[in-house]
Amino acid sequence: MTSLLGLELAYWQSTLIRVLAGLVAVLLLTGGVVYLYLFKFVSFMQSRLGPMEAGPYGSLQLLAEVGKWLQKEDIHTEDSDRLIFGLAPAVVLSSTFLMFVVIPAGPDLVIANLGTGIYYVLAVSALSVLGILMAGWASANKYALMGALRAGGQLIAYELPMVLAVLGVVIMAGSLNLQDIVQAQATGEIFGISAIGNPFILTQFVAFAVFMIAVQAELTQTPFDMPIAESELVAGYQVEYSGIRFLVYFISEFATAVAFAAVASTLFLGGWALPASWGLSDGVMNVVGPILVATKAVLLVGVVFWTRFSFPRFREDQLQRLAWKVLIPIALANILLTAVFKVAF
Amino acid sequence: MTPLLAATTFDVPGNVVFAVLAVFMVVAAIRVVTTRNIVHAALWLVVVLGGNAIVYLILQAEFVAMTQLLVYIGAIIVLFLFGIMLTRAPLGTSDDLDNNQRWLGAIVGVLLLLVIGFAVTRTWGDDRLDFAAYDLPVADETAGAVVELGGSGNGRTQALANSIFSDYLIPFEVVSVLLTGALIGAIVLARRD
Repeated sequence: MTSLLGLELAYWQSTLIRVLAGLVAVLLLTGGVVYLYLFKFVSFMQSRLGPMEAGPYGSLQLLAEVGKWLQKEDIHTEDSDRLIFGLAPAVVLSSTFLMFVVIPAGPDLVIANLGTGIYYVLAVSALSVLGILMAGWASANKYALMGALRAGGQLIAYELPMVLAVLGVVIMAGSLNLQDIVQAQATGEIFGISAIGNPFILTQFVAFAVFMIAVQAELTQTPFDMPIAESELVAGYQVEYSGIRFLVYFISEFATAVAFAAVASTLFLGGWALPASWGLSDGVMNVVGPILVATKAVLLVGVVFWTRFSFPRFREDQLQRLAWKVLIPIALANILLTAVFKVAF
Repeated sequence: MTPLLAATTFDVPGNVVFAVLAVFMVVAAIRVVTTRNIVHAALWLVVVLGGNAIVYLILQAEFVAMTQLLVYIGAIIVLFLFGIMLTRAPLGTSDDLDNNQRWLGAIVGVLLLLVIGFAVTRTWGDDRLDFAAYDLPVADETAGAVVELGGSGNGRTQALANSIFSDYLIPFEVVSVLLTGALIGAIVLARRD
């Protein structure tokens, strides 16, 4: 039995509430990010206004787009493997939504407080590669297959620096659990100063940089967008998808961006917590926490999209060299140094 | 003898989940070797390995379950698919996936099942897993007062880490050396110059 506002809830009731609240939060944040960055931010960078007609300042444009996609014909190629073709977007989308399960938004606001928190996030985020390979193969299209192969090579290569970067934080916090990592930052201190806690972006800035570059690559956003490079592969593994199936890819692309940004803000920016020395109660943090973590996540998504709209695409060999010869050695050195400092201090 | 369902240590939901899961995994495992489409075979293998991860979860070995997902589905199956698609990616069925060693394979499979089953029942027999032991709050001595690990479920992961890096340290290191050797061998074989 869990209690909420004085009400005693059965297990299925609290589960239902968690899942629905989680879905609403995820979809609202994703929609907000699409409007804010894809519609407006990039438009202002290119000296144009972006969508202005649907709703005030075009704020309802996304709903119109969703309506458009929903009523489009669901096309598939003649040779395609219908079952795998249809399952692929579902695999990608579930991989995305499963990531949100462990991200905490307050002392009690988490769908499931798993002991292996961050490790779980890395494990389920790796499942999206499977969906992308399925899509590329089942489309019966050489561009789609090439895109899927590029995506496979890229996502595997950048998973390593990501995991290794996270290890630095895990060593600092002494736990894989995301709530513990948040607590470690809130109660920590830097050289005896506890006024701002110990947000790991200050003490683990190398890990933060490696993690954000790896996130950019995992999201296949420019400069790492070879899998869907429109000038080379039309749209890569997404080329044969239309209507609602394309919509699913679209949602999962931006929801994954929000998920990774929320993970990064939990690992490096202190998550939902304010420094423990400020002495705020759990009740207050349950209200303030979600706002804090959502703001941090949206700002980090902004960094991702700022990079996306500013840089040209890497070449395939440059991409692999960056992962294996630069990021992984840096991340390994970071782990070593962190371990030494952890023991020394 | 008490009926199985009435025994205090018998975990009913866990066993129901396992029974349903076992059916799915066996069907998927049979489809891996009987399907005539090589990519479908790899994807059926995903069902088997995913089911395996859920079995670990039922046994409350959370870390092992996540490793199963990350390593087997996230990396090994992806490598299989990658290899298949890089060399040939036939859509539809291909007839050269079968050979005339079916019965030999079946016999080896049954023998393996018997040997492993015998070894497991012989070694552990009536032992019961004590799940509650790891659910108690664990004081993290290295982090001191900084981190309170109570109830966050890290206990099992810590126990696993302790046994890997103390009791099983030598096998662990030997496996690392073996994998490094395999890696170097692969690079030597792949180099053309």
